[in-house]
Amino acid sequence: MRRIIAVLLENEAGALSRVIGLFSQRGFNIESLTVAPTEDTTLSRLTLTTEGDARTIEQIIKQLHKLVEVVKVMDLCEADHVERELMLIKMRADGGARQEIKRTADIFRGQIVDVTPDTYTVQLVGPSEKLDAFIRAVGKAPILEVARSGVSGMGRGDRILSI
Amino acid sequence: MAEMLSGGDMLIRALQDEGVEYVFGYPGGAALHIYDAIFKQQKVEHVLVRHEQAATHMADGYARSTGKPGVVLVTSGPGATNAITGIATAYMDSAPMVVISAQVTQDLIGTDAFQETDMLGISRPVVKHSFVVKSAADIPGIVKKAFHIASTGRPGPVVIDVPKDTTDPTVFAEYVYPESVKMRSYNPAGKGNGRQIRKALLAILQAHKPIFYVGGGVIMANATEQLRSVVKTLGAPITNTLMGLGAFPGQDDQCIGMLGMHGAYQANMAMDEADLIVCIGARFDDRVTNNPSKFSPRATIIHVDVDPASISKIIEADIPIVGDAQLVLAEMMAQLQDALAGETAAERTSREERLSKWWQQINGWRDQHGFDHNQQPQSGEPILPQVAMQAVYRATSGDAFVTSDVGQHQMFAAQYYHFPEPRRWINSGGLGTMGFGLPSAMGVQMAHPEHTVVCVTGEGSFMMNMQELSTCLQYGLPIKIINLNNQALGMVKQWQDMQYGGRHSQSTYSDSLPDFKTLVEAFGHVGIKVSDADELESALAQAFSEELKHRLVFVDIWVDPNEHVYPMAIKGGAMRDMILAKHRATEAS
Repeated sequence: MRRIIAVLLENEAGALSRVIGLFSQRGFNIESLTVAPTEDTTLSRLTLTTEGDARTIEQIIKQLHKLVEVVKVMDLCEADHVERELMLIKMRADGGARQEIKRTADIFRGQIVDVTPDTYTVQLVGPSEKLDAFIRAVGKAPILEVARSGVSGMGRGDRILSI
Repeated sequence: MAEMLSGGDMLIRALQDEGVEYVFGYPGGAALHIYDAIFKQQKVEHVLVRHEQAATHMADGYARSTGKPGVVLVTSGPGATNAITGIATAYMDSAPMVVISAQVTQDLIGTDAFQETDMLGISRPVVKHSFVVKSAADIPGIVKKAFHIASTGRPGPVVIDVPKDTTDPTVFAEYVYPESVKMRSYNPAGKGNGRQIRKALLAILQAHKPIFYVGGGVIMANATEQLRSVVKTLGAPITNTLMGLGAFPGQDDQCIGMLGMHGAYQANMAMDEADLIVCIGARFDDRVTNNPSKFSPRATIIHVDVDPASISKIIEADIPIVGDAQLVLAEMMAQLQDALAGETAAERTSREERLSKWWQQINGWRDQHGFDHNQQPQSGEPILPQVAMQAVYRATSGDAFVTSDVGQHQMFAAQYYHFPEPRRWINSGGLGTMGFGLPSAMGVQMAHPEHTVVCVTGEGSFMMNMQELSTCLQYGLPIKIINLNNQALGMVKQWQDMQYGGRHSQSTYSDSLPDFKTLVEAFGHVGIKVSDADELESALAQAFSEELKHRLVFVDIWVDPNEHVYPMAIKGGAMRDMILAKHRATEAS
């Protein structure tokens, strides 16, 4: 099953490499990973999506906890949560396709953030499946470049990951 | 006003303030400021090895035999990489260690400078944690944290990478050694959940076939007294892992021996048959469980460990208890006394009857295929390695510290030397590092100068770090080395005999072995060679004699080269599936 794990870790040199090293060392998957400092600059927040059975996920969480620089870990998928991913997608948009791409972007509530006579760059935000669905909707042909941020997420309501 | 010190002086001063007696190391360019700081003081003694790997094993032997972190100092580049095997060895066996690796100056980092290597990156998978010093002012805080992390919770090695410019003798900073350390992200487990302990205890009291399965964690946690009280009070059988030997006295009837791949027959049978397993400070390693899907099919599993990640990693625990083994066992003992006080006469009788039946079954296995600990050398026959180990046990009155290398001799030592106390048996169980035996014995001997320290080795392992014979002479370390010489890489050869049709690919070298007696004499020590069974006892008597008490003695015992280690787990089977002798196995389950 796919899981989203949020990690608060000390904002120190080398902390990220320990997290990534742990995954390769123990043969765990990482599908996506995002990391940035939080409002407290001594802390970074890292969100990663991974795939595994219940025992693997339990091991991942325990092994993350074991890293000395990891302060807190939360499996967002254990309860209600919000997840978002940002995608920038540059597409060839000329001739008849131009209108069609604009319409599709509107349907997905995307914003066109860069325009040239024959390209559009669309910014889309949503759960990963929505971004996947957009790619399917426009088809592979017009796509020139895709940049996805990886998933970021948060528990709903009073599920709070902080220290 | 706080004292002003250079980074190099701070580092050594911090070690003094941490109460460090010995630093095991080897100098080099990037470490020279630190070595100059060592020269200027007397409190911390530096032990000069002949190879950095040996420094780490020495520190490891010191740490395991005392419980205090071992300290290593190496230079950058090859000094650091040579230390890696020893760091990994300590990591796998959870030994506390602090490794200070010098580094090139910060302006050269990343430029492929002379003797530059990314020590933090190379060591990362095999350390508990690591630090890099950015400026001299960081040093006291980092050293304090390093010792705290290395020695608390599940212990392990911590690396401190020290760029040369941070130890510059002309740059000074304020030195204040912190009294305590607090880290929001590091809080090792403490006393364990009382209700879980209660639940575990009830399960133990109700079990028909309980067994304690105890590993090195109990020794690391200094929990052997508490363990002994609980197990003695309950009267249940106990088996130790390779790392746990000595946690419970090896000669005690309740101790049914080591379990696992080369464990005692009765221990493996009892694990398979048990309806309740109390695992404390062990981790269901593959060398113990054999095939996890066939592991102890009827047993409820209680698992006590300070490291939550060890619990339910291989075998799902029914009653997990995260906590320090000493505190958990003390609480268990308190609850046990209450429970026994409240037990009715009928309950007690029923419990004792169940246990007595269980013991009958276990003793049956013990009589059937248990180890024979009363074997004597047979005149005119080749010396069996098992017999040699028993002779060593008798010659040392079972009272020695014993380190070992890796291979057949390691298993024979584990099977035939009973350890009355914890921290007496020191071997590389997790990583299986050949070359560990001699240097770790040196660390043990430094920590226990008056005690007999034996290194049980084989000629293959011994030759991996024999340069340290020179260090032994320099520091007057009177280690007794027992070389079970079978003129081959015995364990490799055994597997080749059993699984590769006897094709001994690259496992023999009998034409090119040195004459060990002459070799150790060249290093200034005493060598004794024995190949005649009739001379075994007298050779050992001489080696352990008062006359040679202060000399390193190397006893080169030529043993039967065709001997195998048994029992041996049948690959992919359950714990009850064992090969018992060359042509005898248990029935497949």
